[in-house]
Amino acid sequence: MTEALRTPASQQAVQERLPPELLPPGEGFVGILKRDLLLAFRHRGELANPLIFFIMVTALIPIAVGPQKALLSQLAPGMIWVMALLGTLLSSDSLFQSDYADGTLEQLIISPQPLWLLVLAKISAHWLVTGLPITLAAPILGLMLALPEAGYATLVLGLAMGTATFSLFGAIGAALTVALRKGGVLLSLIVMPLYFPVLIFGSAAVQRVVDGGSAGAPLALLGAVFAFALLLSPFATAASLRAGING
Amino acid sequence: MNIQFDGFYFESLAEFFAMGGHATYVWGAYGVALVVMVWLVVRPLLRRASILNELRQNLKKRQHSLYEESR
Amino acid sequence: MWRWFHRLGSPRWFYQTSGRWLPWLAVLTLALLVIGTLWGLAFAPEDARQGNSFRIIYIHVPVSFLALAGYYVMAVAGAVNLIWRIKLADMVMTAAAPLGAALTFLALFTGAIWGKPTWGTYWVWDARITSMLVLLFLYLGVVVLRNSFSGRDTAGKACAILALVGTVNIPIIYKSVDWWFTLHQPATIKLSGAPSMHPDMFKPLLVMILAYYCFYALVLILNTRTEILHRERRTAWVNDLAVSELAVTELTSNEQ
Repeated sequence: MTEALRTPASQQAVQERLPPELLPPGEGFVGILKRDLLLAFRHRGELANPLIFFIMVTALIPIAVGPQKALLSQLAPGMIWVMALLGTLLSSDSLFQSDYADGTLEQLIISPQPLWLLVLAKISAHWLVTGLPITLAAPILGLMLALPEAGYATLVLGLAMGTATFSLFGAIGAALTVALRKGGVLLSLIVMPLYFPVLIFGSAAVQRVVDGGSAGAPLALLGAVFAFALLLSPFATAASLRAGING
Repeated sequence: MNIQFDGFYFESLAEFFAMGGHATYVWGAYGVALVVMVWLVVRPLLRRASILNELRQNLKKRQHSLYEESR
Repeated sequence: MWRWFHRLGSPRWFYQTSGRWLPWLAVLTLALLVIGTLWGLAFAPEDARQGNSFRIIYIHVPVSFLALAGYYVMAVAGAVNLIWRIKLADMVMTAAAPLGAALTFLALFTGAIWGKPTWGTYWVWDARITSMLVLLFLYLGVVVLRNSFSGRDTAGKACAILALVGTVNIPIIYKSVDWWFTLHQPATIKLSGAPSMHPDMFKPLLVMILAYYCFYALVLILNTRTEILHRERRTAWVNDLAVSELAVTELTSNEQ
């Protein structure tokens, strides 16, 4: 496992060519992205955790509220969104955890590559292994919860942006709590308020389409929140990592 | 008791306390506010007293060495 | 100018100067609170529709104002600490977090009590109430984060970043909650926007808002002073203070 950490093929190739300060910033981004994806791929069990959580918990809803189709289809948009939120939130905790434990994080911080870009690479990898599977699995859950047919495209589109925003905001919380032993619960508390707008716009978009309206406005607002998070999060996360580790 | 203030809105003190049937809500809200506000003021004062107390005790214990340090 | 700036950052200077102003501020706060409360409770006329329960407004509105303003106080203090590394700013921030959380709680609580006679229920998922709840979460996040770090500098920086992230997000959260509420507004509950208040009702409200601003300043200063004592407890001047206030501390410890 440690072997995999030290010698991903891409990183080795990068190191052989040039000293890191001479590399264009994009190299660091690609290197981290490939490394994280490779790591995630080697730990397929962990990779599946958020997805399994998402599916299992959503399957509990009909058990709890009853199998009436009308009721389920009314609850479906909100429930799928809440479960996607929780699934991403649970996995955010581990975003920097192993890198912190083995010292890689310190290496990233002192590396001459811009930290926010490396952080963005880590967040992208995180989304690819948690948010994307959840997004792709959502239509199946929609079927199980009797989501009306009109809602699927909006659900997938919204979740794609929404889970990415969850990952971006989650990274800030993960960076702030990385050095703490019991960061998990605290992470939820820190990050949850930031999730409100995403949840509101995302579930409203699906609800509107199901009700026969147009999802344009909420989807556009969701996109705006996503763009905002994309601008804010890498810098805030990088600052948090510096503050949490150096201090 | 029948005190009349100029501009006092209620007919009597009893009516004032009854708040037109909303006594529980009005006095409840003001009571909770009072408790929270008193707690907000008292908490730093108590903490201050305990800090100074602790310092005083430490001073007593090692009066000599501290005297040297503060030089 | 820079000397002034430098002096302002000195905890000791702050402690001594604020000590001189504190009694006056305390007297002013108490006077305004007593006047405003009596005026609002006993002399203002009752609301035509809500009856006397509307008198809760004299707590609820000022407290809500300060709950929100307090978050900005906290965030600005955090930013000052991050940028200029002024320790005093971090102490102010430490003092502001629990104070803001308490005020937000009070705003929610008085709002809930007011809601019962007015709307017939303690809790409504109204835009403003929901926003307040989010604000409470934001405050609690800062309070808990501060307490979970062992290193003081690290805690200060982390909390400052969190407060700033919260600050830039507050408008977005508020707008989204607003939007969400207009989407789901139930037909049975119509919350009228603030109708123009009668001057007889509005004047005591102004007094109370002023009173609560003073109260906020008072408690913030008290908390900051205590935090200063705690952090500087190894310095000579704090130890001198402990000795010179020996009689006072003796008194309070006897009372306990």
